[in-house]
Order: sequence, then C-alpha cells, then structure tokens
Amino acid sequence: MKKAAFFIGCTVPVRGTNYEQSFREVARVLQIELVDHPGFSCCGFPTHAINRMTALALSARNLALANQVSLSSMITLCNACTENMTHTNHLIQHDPVTCDEINRILSQIHLQYHGEVKVKHAMRYLYEEIGLDTIRASVKNPLSNLRIAAYPGCHYTKPSELYEGFDNPEKPHTLNELVIATGASIVSYESSCCGGGTLGAKEDTALQMGIQTLKSMKENEADAIVLICPFCDVMFEQNQKKMEKLYGKEFNLPILYYPQLLGLAMNIERERLGLTINRIKLDKVLEKIQSGNKE
Amino acid sequence: MKKPLMQEHLDPFFKYQVMKEPGGEKLALCFACDTCTLSCPVRVQEEAYQPRTIIRLILLGAKQEVLTDPVIWLCASCFQCQERCPQGVGVTDLINAVKNIACREGFIPKSMTMQMGLLAKHGRLLEIGDFENKKRDKQQLPLIKEQPEDIQRIIDLSGAARYLPQESE
Ligand code: SF4
Ligand code: SF4
Repeated sequence: MKKAAFFIGCTVPVRGTNYEQSFREVARVLQIELVDHPGFSCCGFPTHAINRMTALALSARNLALANQVSLSSMITLCNACTENMTHTNHLIQHDPVTCDEINRILSQIHLQYHGEVKVKHAMRYLYEEIGLDTIRASVKNPLSNLRIAAYPGCHYTKPSELYEGFDNPEKPHTLNELVIATGASIVSYESSCCGGGTLGAKEDTALQMGIQTLKSMKENEADAIVLICPFCDVMFEQNQKKMEKLYGKEFNLPILYYPQLLGLAMNIERERLGLTINRIKLDKVLEKIQSGNKE
Repeated sequence: MKKPLMQEHLDPFFKYQVMKEPGGEKLALCFACDTCTLSCPVRVQEEAYQPRTIIRLILLGAKQEVLTDPVIWLCASCFQCQERCPQGVGVTDLINAVKNIACREGFIPKSMTMQMGLLAKHGRLLEIGDFENKKRDKQQLPLIKEQPEDIQRIIDLSGAARYLPQESE
C-alpha cells in the first residue's frame, strides 16, 4: 500500500467532484491510501500574479501541514496546484533567501518547512509510482471502441525545469499512454493552451483560444476529451456552449476526467464515478462502451 | 504603441527594477529573436499582446506604458514562451514579475483584488458552506470546513493586505 497526502485545492471540491470521487475510487483499487488533511486550503496559485510571496507562503503552509503528519508524498489533482507547489519546493531547495523569507512567515503560524514533501500530479503519480503494467492489469473492460483526445494541459509538463525530465513539454505522451492502457485509442490533434488563464482578463480571447483546440479534436473525430485539470474543464466543458456560439458550429464533445475513464475500464459502478456531474451528456460514449462489450 | 515614445516618458531605471524583481532577473539576456511572440497562444488571438514587445519596452524604459497597459493581464501563464526561449530569459516568470510590480504601483485589476478578498474570507477561491458540503456528502466525499484564519495571517505577513478590496467596493 502506498500512502500520500491528497491535496484537492479550491476548484475540484466544488466544481470537480466527479474528478475527486473517481480518483478516490481508482486509488482504492490501485492500493493508494489518500490522506485528507482538514487544514489544507488554497495552494496559493491565484495570488501569484499579485504578490509572489503570498503564493509561495500559502503553498508552503500546505506542504508543512503534510510534513507535520509525516507524509513525504503529496498527490494533486489540479495542474495549477501542481505547478505552484512544485515551484515552491524548488525555491525552498535551491534559493536560501526565499526559503528564509517563507519560513519567517510560516513561523508566525507555528509551522516550518524545508522541502521534505514530494509533490506529484495524480496522473504523474499513476505513471511513475503505480506504473502502466499495474494499471493495465486492473482493466477488466477494455474500452476498445473509444477514440479519445487526451489533453494534459500546460502545467502538467511545464515549466519543464521543475519536473525533472518527466514527460515531454512539446510532445506530452504520458497521458496518451495512460489512456491507451484502458484499451481506448488516441486521436492526434493540434493542441494549444485551453485559455483558462486568460478567462478572467478577457473572455472572448480565452474562448477563441479554447476553440482552436476543440476544432482540431472534432476534425479528428474524437468521441470524448480526457482531462486532468479542473481549469481545462472550465474551458472545454463549462464554456463549450459559449465557444460553439462564438464559432457558429457545434462541437458536442463530452469530457471525461482520466480517473473516470479508468474507472469505467475497471468496471467500477458508474454511480461511484460521478458521471452524472459531467455537464455534457455522455450517453453516446457510454453506448459505445456498451456495444464494444457485446462484440 | 500608437504614439511615439518621448524621452520625458522613459524611465531608464525601469529595467533595473524589473531585474531586481524575482523572476525578472534574466531580462537583459533577451536578443530579440521573437520566438516567444511566435509561440504565444494569446498572440494568435490578440495582435496587441506580444511578449517580445513587452520585453523591449521594459529595456527601453517605457514604464508607464508597460505597467498600465491591460494587455499584460492577458498572459495565460502557459509557459510556452519560457520553454522555447533560446536565451533562457524565463519569459513567463518575467511577465509575472511585471504583474507584481504593476500591482505594487497601484495598477491592480479589480478581478485580482476580488480573488484576494475571496481567499481572505473563505481561505479558498470557492466558498464551501452547508450547500456544497451537502452535495459532497451525497457523493460520499469528506466534508470541508473553511478555516480562513491562517490564510488571512499569511496575506498580511506577506505584504498583500493592501490588495484586499476596500470596504466601499
Ligand atoms: S524568445 Fe527569449 S530571446 Fe527571443 S525575443 Fe523572446 S525573450 Fe527575447
Ligand atoms: S506564458 Fe503568457 S506570454 Fe508566454 S506564451 Fe503563454 S500566454 Fe504567451
């Protein structure tokens, strides 16, 4: 049994409970013990553009809380949390001045932190700590009928200087491999930033950014998009209707979070995968899985 | 830039200010190749947003133009430019440093003060109250109790209390 602190951030526990629930389910099957900490709060990312030290101290606080209960590993679900927490770890380990400044703030709330906790995005954790073989072995119902556009999102691999050679920032492949392990096939498409980071500043620009990618996924006949970040979901799922309006054409591309896809392949009961929370109807996708079983 | 930049509007020390800001240190390494702009997904949609131009304007000393132009807030922090810059300028980190300076100099967008306000109030960006917890309970997810006290302390201790929304807002 592996054990890790489970950091779900701000967006997932409110708007991405399907992601959270399905990950808890597949983690149980894969024998990962996820430890929730009642003190976890925001990772700090939203303050980074305003005041860097606030972002660093907020993430260090969460890491310090995990360290306090002797957890040396942390699993994150959101790309932004992953990037911000990893960035903080990196500075604490390599920049003594910043490390001191962070700890000066933490000491006022009776904490300290020196980089003890290793942060990994949940999918990186599956890829590196659990491994494709184990995941393949857990699949009971290969989803061989499905054509998936796997979209890892920017901060899963970037900035690469933080991620120690994990994956390839120009041609990410680890999520593709994880999807293929479920039996589904991969659709190639032209990928661009989802636009989530621009949404607050200028909605139309952000939507146009998202349209670029959806268009290409559609042209390449994807049945569904697989996501691993709640901000990508805000764009590709929650704003898909708005993008269709702006673009003048329907995309009608449902999304699945990766653990939902894996959960379906593991034959976990559908109610436990939060599928009813998904906003774009999954009927066609589920039908395809069903008919694949009969063949 | 629509109008020509006049000497009296330029601040030759601005580049040093940016280079002192964490993330902005490698500004002077830029050799103007334009890889960042050509890689930028925002630029594809917005002619007005060009990371290389921002860097050149900083080197020129166009402080007011850079800090007050709302385009800097369009950057999605996607790190594409940072990955590809052949000079290791750290373009995304640099744009973020410029945003930090803009806030300090009084040019903080309202959406940003609002975010800071939400964090101080709930300890998180999205509120979790009885309503949200009921839904979580139905999905058999652990309940979450908001604990904003430490977050308020950190906002204060890190010098960000000044960015909270004013009472009257
Ligand atoms: S890619 Fe780097 S060197 Fe080239 S213009 Fe942009 S910042 Fe300058
Ligand atoms: S980080 Fe910002 S400036 Fe750089 S490519 Fe992405 S959106 Fe453009």
